[in-house]
Amino acid sequence: MENLIELGYLISIISFLAGLKFMSSPKRAKLGNIIAAAGMVLVVCLTIGISISANIPRINLLVLSVAIFFGGVAGKRIESKVEMTKMPQLVSLFNATGGACALLIGIIEASQNPQSLFLQFCLFAGIITSGVAVTGSLLAYSKLSGKKLIIENKNTTLLTKTILLALLFIPALILTNIYAGALGPVVHIVAVLSLVYGILFVAPIGGADMPVIISFLNSITGIATAFAGLVYSSYIMIVGGIIVGAAGILLTVLMCKAMNRSFLTVLSGKIKKGSKKAYEKEQIIQEISSSEVALELSYSSKIAIVPGYGLAVAQAQHICSHLQKLLEGRDTEVHFIIHPVAGRMPGHMNVLLAEANVDYSYLKEMEEVNEEMDSYDLSLIIGANDVVNPAAENDEESPVYGMPIIRTHHSRKVVVMKRGMSTGYAGVQNDLFEMDNCFLLFGDAKDSLTQLVDQLKLISK
Amino acid sequence: METINLTYFIVFSIFLGVEIISNVPAILHTPLMSGANAISGVILVGAIFMMIQVDPTDYVNLILGGIAVFLGTLNISGGFFVTAKMLRMFNSKSNKK
Repeated sequence: MENLIELGYLISIISFLAGLKFMSSPKRAKLGNIIAAAGMVLVVCLTIGISISANIPRINLLVLSVAIFFGGVAGKRIESKVEMTKMPQLVSLFNATGGACALLIGIIEASQNPQSLFLQFCLFAGIITSGVAVTGSLLAYSKLSGKKLIIENKNTTLLTKTILLALLFIPALILTNIYAGALGPVVHIVAVLSLVYGILFVAPIGGADMPVIISFLNSITGIATAFAGLVYSSYIMIVGGIIVGAAGILLTVLMCKAMNRSFLTVLSGKIKKGSKKAYEKEQIIQEISSSEVALELSYSSKIAIVPGYGLAVAQAQHICSHLQKLLEGRDTEVHFIIHPVAGRMPGHMNVLLAEANVDYSYLKEMEEVNEEMDSYDLSLIIGANDVVNPAAENDEESPVYGMPIIRTHHSRKVVVMKRGMSTGYAGVQNDLFEMDNCFLLFGDAKDSLTQLVDQLKLISK
Repeated sequence: METINLTYFIVFSIFLGVEIISNVPAILHTPLMSGANAISGVILVGAIFMMIQVDPTDYVNLILGGIAVFLGTLNISGGFFVTAKMLRMFNSKSNKK
């Protein structure tokens, strides 16, 4: 019987790995998700089976089944209600629930007063990591949902450091047997401190950097899971936790690279400062009306659309897809060029466009087309800014210098759709706007695109 | 578990995790993050093990344990359902082609 259960867990571990592996191709990703989910169901069933054969008290079993039932139903309900643009905050919210689960496990286990040094260490490590993940994820969630939660971060640096020290020092006291009292109260203090630390950790970080932090917190939850796995000597928890931890760290690094920022500057909430004059220079720009853009679109035979965060905010992905289909109908080649960090998470823009039924084959990644940008007659930039700033390649003084960009300025003509002259999140002016081949169309992305579609329909082929 | 075996096991898991993820294209990063998040819901196993041990007369821990199980299940079910929802968007297009 025991061997059979071990075999079941092994199958589940393989299904997690295979599931993640299958996610590396868009065609097999759906299958991968199903495989991983099936593995998870197997794990849960096996574990419930173990608990029943271990003569779990009846009331415990009742609480267990009710909790699992409602947890499952709640997850399904949230899924059926959520909109695609809200995905990043939802991932963050689910991450908080996983962290909270790990935190509660740690606290309850500690109240049983385990004596082994190894167990105590794992418990403390698990409680600290999951505590930080819970409040950190919740704060990231509220920041991404646009709720203003301003915490003055000037005076908190000292507090943050004090708490961090305490988090290292208190467990050390216990582990070295200097303090030999009951574990329970100490664990409560550590739990509260780590919850506070989670808030202080995420508070100074700007909204635009949240995806990086969510990814990082995701990996922290993974690590907390692995520590809990060590407590219960459960291979499946250790492997699952470590894989998620490694994946989260790797994604964090990839995102930081795409934004040309080091992880440490993201954490401190600072933006690389450039030369002062870049901020003060007044830009001479050329405005364009939507009817002129519609005319340009009708003359062009190859068009690049560069969607950015502004498109997601304006919920303009559907009308954007409509425009693309209209242009396709006129035998115009349209490509969507996606910067690695477009939207609010890597790949978020792809999901939004996929939701709007844009065919996968029209989506191009930056590296694919950057060398041949001059073959495009027109680049239509919708709500993107920093990712098309030529200063990143030309101006060594610029704060964005070195960031990979889409070279839209190489195309024959560029139209930038934008709400106003505000800067992107890097806080620098965009040299692109001053170029001779660049025109600006001001207004809400959704309204502008609707006008474009209407006017394009009037222009005969 | 022997410490040395455990160490090997952990090191291999880290390498495996990095190796599997590093081949995922940027377009799938969001579903991947969501999927990985769902897998970290395996913490539910720990919550169930804990429920076996909790003293049935200790109502505080029983309720806390129940909440832990609820949250863990929410993490798993929400995570996988939402990932599937995102991936359905990708699939509807390739079917149409």
